[in-house]
Amino acid sequence: MAKTLFEKIWDRHLVRDLPDGTSLLYIDRHLVHEVTSPQAFEGLRLTGRNVRHPELTFSTMDHNVPTDENRLNIQDPISAAQVEALEKNCADFGINLYGIGDSRQGIVHVIGPELGITLPGLTMVCGDSHTSTHGAFGALAFGIGTSEVEHVLATQTLRQKKARTFKVEYTGKLSPHVHSKDMVLKLIGMIGTAGGTGSVFEFCGEAVRSLSMEARMTICNMSIEGGARAGLIAPDETTFEYITAKDRPFAPKGAELERALAQWRSLPSDPDAVFDRTLTIDASKIAPQVTWGTSPGMVIDVDQPVPGLNDVAGYSPADVRKALDYMGLESGQKMTDIRPDTIFIGSCTNSRIEDLRRAAAILKGRKKADSIKLLVVPGSHQVRLQAEAEGLDKVFKDAGAEWRWAGCSMCLAMNPDKLAPQERCASTSNRNFEGRQGAGGRTHLVSPEMAAAAAVEGHFVDIRTWNGGN
Amino acid sequence: MDAFTTHRGIVAPLDRANVDTDQIIPKQFLKSIKRTGFGPSAFFDWRYQIDGTPNPEFELNKPRYAERSILLTRNNFGCGSSREHAVWALAQDGYRAIVAPFRGEGDDHIPGFADIFKNNCSKNGVVTIELSEAAVEEIFQAVFAEEGLEATVNLEDQKLILHKASGDMVYSFEYDDSVKNKLVNGLDDIEESLQYMDDIKSFEQTHDTWMLS
Repeated sequence: MAKTLFEKIWDRHLVRDLPDGTSLLYIDRHLVHEVTSPQAFEGLRLTGRNVRHPELTFSTMDHNVPTDENRLNIQDPISAAQVEALEKNCADFGINLYGIGDSRQGIVHVIGPELGITLPGLTMVCGDSHTSTHGAFGALAFGIGTSEVEHVLATQTLRQKKARTFKVEYTGKLSPHVHSKDMVLKLIGMIGTAGGTGSVFEFCGEAVRSLSMEARMTICNMSIEGGARAGLIAPDETTFEYITAKDRPFAPKGAELERALAQWRSLPSDPDAVFDRTLTIDASKIAPQVTWGTSPGMVIDVDQPVPGLNDVAGYSPADVRKALDYMGLESGQKMTDIRPDTIFIGSCTNSRIEDLRRAAAILKGRKKADSIKLLVVPGSHQVRLQAEAEGLDKVFKDAGAEWRWAGCSMCLAMNPDKLAPQERCASTSNRNFEGRQGAGGRTHLVSPEMAAAAAVEGHFVDIRTWNGGN
Repeated sequence: MDAFTTHRGIVAPLDRANVDTDQIIPKQFLKSIKRTGFGPSAFFDWRYQIDGTPNPEFELNKPRYAERSILLTRNNFGCGSSREHAVWALAQDGYRAIVAPFRGEGDDHIPGFADIFKNNCSKNGVVTIELSEAAVEEIFQAVFAEEGLEATVNLEDQKLILHKASGDMVYSFEYDDSVKNKLVNGLDDIEESLQYMDDIKSFEQTHDTWMLS
């Protein structure tokens, strides 16, 4: 029978079906960070259980870490305690830890692929909803709660019900300066933040095939914002090139690699495989996207005005009113008239080397507007080193940006980088929820290029027609 | 985990759709390394004013809902972050069940709850009840109209019984059999899965994780 990529990975990891109707699924990689793991390790201690496969478990610190020069000394005692708890837990249970100061430290969803931990055909979990990122390699990767973290630590399996399959095909070619962030925001605008609930996306089509691995990760990263726990892209030569081109310490090599490649090439969905749901999007018609509200589904083309109370499918007029009040916006206002105070380029969505290159291409030889605070935060220490080797840090600094160390930074305000009440931010991150970037902060989600151009102009611009500030 | 069979309590309304887990428990409370103490921080940014006093405008702060234990809300509750702290906060704030509406069918289906949140509820003895939009609207109106309105959640029979002054209203709901069995019997997931260790070991004999040894 013809199978989808999801079904192939599922079948290869099925330990057994259970009498209660769930399935015991084997987990190949377990990523751990400081925020969602301490209670799971505590649970193991209380029950006298051990970590079944520490060698399949990888840990880093990202949410709490400061990104400025003082990053090694966390001032907040509660953050420091959480970081210390992870250090102790990893030491006690024999788990690989890339802590603060380690050259391989970074956002968990940036270092996984970078180190070759993420590979096609694997099952991967992490106590973090953006684990969907790793689906860009054709790995079934999804976020779990802390109780499930403990379950995976103890058993290397999860009890799961099979998800529905949802194929999202992007036909045609993207317009210049329109990129994967716009592709995924467009999808979320179409189906809403619950549209993919219960499903696993498979992103495919010409516009997806032509994307780099970094750009594919951006799309899969935001699967959860469309309600799906996981998003997949079939592995291809671009994937294999990414895995083999650089030294990725945990990726297979030599004869082992040849064997792996043979298996990975069998992963793509069979041509006649049937999906539970299919949606086709013409990529050539996608405009740069900007969110105007407090949910990723509240998103619009940059050349459109802020919508009216009755104009937003899936949201009641009262919901729209609440969102506009919170955001300090009025219906009918042009998106290109909105003036952010802060620009944040970073997060597990858009902090990889290609994201920084795209932002730098816009900022090169230009200056940020005086009114703007511009923060550029690489996703990992390795990304930071690479960017500095390419001179990108100089481009950012010359443009007036703060060039930071690796971490989640202003995406979620668990560390010193956060918005003040009513501070408006153009952010390359993934969530514009109320208070996400700091209590009372106002977030507009955009691509790195859109963020960089807004930094130069002091307001949003349509990057397709922008004349470069000249 | 304590077994859940039936529960009777006051219903409190949170008349908002797409309530995300950042709202249920803001990030600053995620720094705790404990599993307890989250209750007073549930809905923090809505619940309290800047000076830390309760926000009288927030619907759940009304005195009539002080003793509530069943939350009534709109669709896609618990979307966003996977933080189980959101469920810990609700459970520790006294909620035993949450009622939310699903909408539409097939491709247009919008569920009452986000996936990871619903799953996390099932690990903590919080029952998630999905009813039609019409039924939920009816319950909202009843809750607004009648102070101290109580309901009973009967998980075994999969019924929500609204105890109106004019008589009981009974709503049946769908519920996952495997989760029900676990909640009703207070079973521990890990304990149960460990019983299949022979299956796991035999699976590992032939399964390739591609991890360098």
